Amino acid sequence: MKLQKNTLAAIYSVLEFAAHPGEQRSAAAIARQYRISPHHLAKVLRALGRAGLLESVRGVGGGYRFTGNAKRLTLMDVIGLFEEISAPRRGGRRAARREAEPAGASPLEVEDAVGVVLAEIDEIAKATFRSITLDTMLKLVARRRK
Amino acid sequence: MARAVRDPVRVRGAQARDLGQVIEIDAGITGMRKPAYWSEILQRYGSGRRRQRFFLVAEDGGRIEGFAIGEVRDWEYGMPPCGWVFAIGVRPDARLGGIGTRLLEAIGAGFRRLGVTKVRTILARDNALILSFFRSQGMMAAPFIALEKDLEP
Repeated sequence: MKLQKNTLAAIYSVLEFAAHPGEQRSAAAIARQYRISPHHLAKVLRALGRAGLLESVRGVGGGYRFTGNAKRLTLMDVIGLFEEISAPRRGGRRAARREAEPAGASPLEVEDAVGVVLAEIDEIAKATFRSITLDTMLKLVARRRK
Repeated sequence: MARAVRDPVRVRGAQARDLGQVIEIDAGITGMRKPAYWSEILQRYGSGRRRQRFFLVAEDGGRIEGFAIGEVRDWEYGMPPCGWVFAIGVRPDARLGGIGTRLLEAIGAGFRRLGVTKVRTILARDNALILSFFRSQGMMAAPFIALEKDLEP
């Protein structure tokens, strides 16, 4: 499973903010911690702000503050802001049954069958991301620290 | 002076008198009343009937707030003995109060007394509510993949 850079930056950021509720943190500090380009992260944080997960704090020492609910917000909620988890369906159409050539397979049938397997993997990935809240992720971080 | 607050919730083995409330909680969650099923569950898992089986309820002043069912199974799927949680349910108006956590802890304690060190469960992947609950309790994906197929008539 591989997520896009934007998505990973968003997950790292919301977890960083959710771990310090009420505190404002600068984009530059998070960019440094996670070795992300500040320019790139700024775009990600703006998107999280537009989605209502963060609020920007203006002025000296400004930055962002977490405004979401860590017990309700899931990884899927964050991921869904940046990418869609679904394998490209190459065939897109269900292959018609071919009685005449039971042993052979048309490209359409092969694409269809591969698409079924990829869709199955997507469903498992989405169910996993939907079931993990930010709060659960923070507990996982704490457990792995021990 | 600070006074210790007594936790009014008690987790104990289910008894026949609890069944009506358990059936209503389950019906509220699943949308289906299953009295025959629950009678069978009480027979098989009820208080003290089987050492390896647990049917627990969380009670608060005579009101059943939730239930959990589990069992230690030996060498299921070729794995060493472990505890399986088959069902857990909490009244919607009692959620987020730690009832589910208490039930899972109690069933886990029962499993530990029987010498097992692993608890597992299996549930529908679209059941985000219960999946999230188990995840919040530290449960991770098990080394299994559930498979199924339609049987030809």
